[in-house]
Amino acid sequence: MLQVKQVAKAFSGFQAIAKADLTVPKGQVVAVIGPNGAGKSTLFNLITGHLRPDKGHILFKGEEIGGLSAHDICRKGVARSFQLINIFPRLNTFENVQVAVLARYRKTNKLFTPARKLVVEETNDVLHKLGLIPYRERLCNSLSYGDQKVLELAIALGSQPEILLLDEPTAGMSPEETRTIVKLIKNLAQNEGLTILLTEHDMDLVFDVAERLMVLHQGQTIAEGSPEEVRRDKAVQNAYLGETG
Amino acid sequence: MQLRRIIPWIMLAVLLVLPPVLPRYYLYLLASIFVIALLATSLNFILGFGGLLQLHHAVFFGVGAYTFSILLLKTPLPFVVAVVAGPVAAAFTALLIGWFCVRSRGLYFGMLTLALGQLVWAVIFRWSALTGGDDGLHGIPVPEVFNSLKTAYYVTLTVLTVCLAVLYLILKSPFGLTLMATRDNPVRSESVGINIRRHRLAAFVIAGFFAGIAGVLFVLVEKSVSPSLLSWSKSAEIMIMCLLGGLTTFYGPALGAGIIVFLSMKVGTYTEYWLLVLGIILLVLVLVLPQGILGFLAEKYSGRGGDKGGWGKDASG
Repeated sequence: MLQVKQVAKAFSGFQAIAKADLTVPKGQVVAVIGPNGAGKSTLFNLITGHLRPDKGHILFKGEEIGGLSAHDICRKGVARSFQLINIFPRLNTFENVQVAVLARYRKTNKLFTPARKLVVEETNDVLHKLGLIPYRERLCNSLSYGDQKVLELAIALGSQPEILLLDEPTAGMSPEETRTIVKLIKNLAQNEGLTILLTEHDMDLVFDVAERLMVLHQGQTIAEGSPEEVRRDKAVQNAYLGETG
Repeated sequence: MQLRRIIPWIMLAVLLVLPPVLPRYYLYLLASIFVIALLATSLNFILGFGGLLQLHHAVFFGVGAYTFSILLLKTPLPFVVAVVAGPVAAAFTALLIGWFCVRSRGLYFGMLTLALGQLVWAVIFRWSALTGGDDGLHGIPVPEVFNSLKTAYYVTLTVLTVCLAVLYLILKSPFGLTLMATRDNPVRSESVGINIRRHRLAAFVIAGFFAGIAGVLFVLVEKSVSPSLLSWSKSAEIMIMCLLGGLTTFYGPALGAGIIVFLSMKVGTYTEYWLLVLGIILLVLVLVLPQGILGFLAEKYSGRGGDKGGWGKDASG
């Protein structure tokens, strides 16, 4: 479904991504792992159009999307959540998700229909799926950190994507909040058949949810395959998993 | 809050019954306030709700006023055509200026609005044959009914009411919600599939259109135009009105316009140093009431409306 081929990206001399390759098959949960500064977030930003690749190809359903603008890529069916909370702080929970749903249905240009009457059902659906209904009317500044992370996910789902990119979905969360998120991710993958690409620091979580792994080290893909293959890979053991592998 | 909903209606009712008991001077004063209130509200549409640092909004006010005046004075076109042409010309100017501005963000956006706006000002200031240059144009032949102050009062009040209603509807529409989303978080907006440049440009044009309407109203009241209409200090003045009333509130800029226009006329009769007074107002405002009058009240009496961080926090968007 998503293919990254030989992609490179440099920031004023610093080679953040040197040679990244990645294949995300339809319906699978794929994780990109690697130490801090390996280029995981940069890779995500390249896929979602927040950055332009210097070299290489990014194909979504066979179509080149590298270098397109972020909103175009989203409209093709690629949605993402962010590592740091990245929501609309002065809108309430419902409106946060509604904006994404409105954009999905290309209704953001309607000038004279009250917004509160539009895409209510679709928005409530997403909120319901993620258990956010009780916070519907809350200004999302006032939500707890964990709930804001869930809202982060909800906004991405509001775009009804075919592939969902999650950048460290459990960063900074308590063990309990992490369990909630893991349950949500598994549920989305199994029951909704959503293709998911995620980065994560928590190795237990990665080996728990991912069906396929890609290891990024200093901007290069050093291994790709099933969790078992990656676990056995010598280069990975040296570079990353170390003695725990 | 029920009270908050009815206050605008009470205001409107009072303003509608006032003219028979008001001296002429105050009719004129209020009509002037209505015009500037519309101008300030149109600015706040992109400044407060769009989060765009529009530093030279008076340009569209001036373009609307000049277009209307020139068409009436120098062409045989009917009044109605001139009325429509004013706001349309303003919107078109906004489209041209906005097309460049939405490519940059934050302060750079502001600097571009200022630079391109000054260009328009320069054209009007220099093109004496058409615009009268520094002297402006006087004795604009508006239909005779507008010579009555009462008519001017009711017309400006009606147009102001309708325009505010339309702007309010737009802010409550998906377009408005999306606009606020791009204000709060441009990066996230892009990644849910919003074309923020196009959306901002559309908002810019809408704001320009309504500023153009205010320009036409101005001529109906004053029957003259001068380059000071689109001077940079005019833009600064309406920005102060927005700040004074409250950037995150809908009626704030209109309230700010009322206070500033009233004070400028009152103070102006006692002293030449109106700008000194304006400076002191600005100082007090920034230090004591950064969220503006209505923003302060909204924060005090409800959870929403005021926002703690102030507007500047997101200005870099």
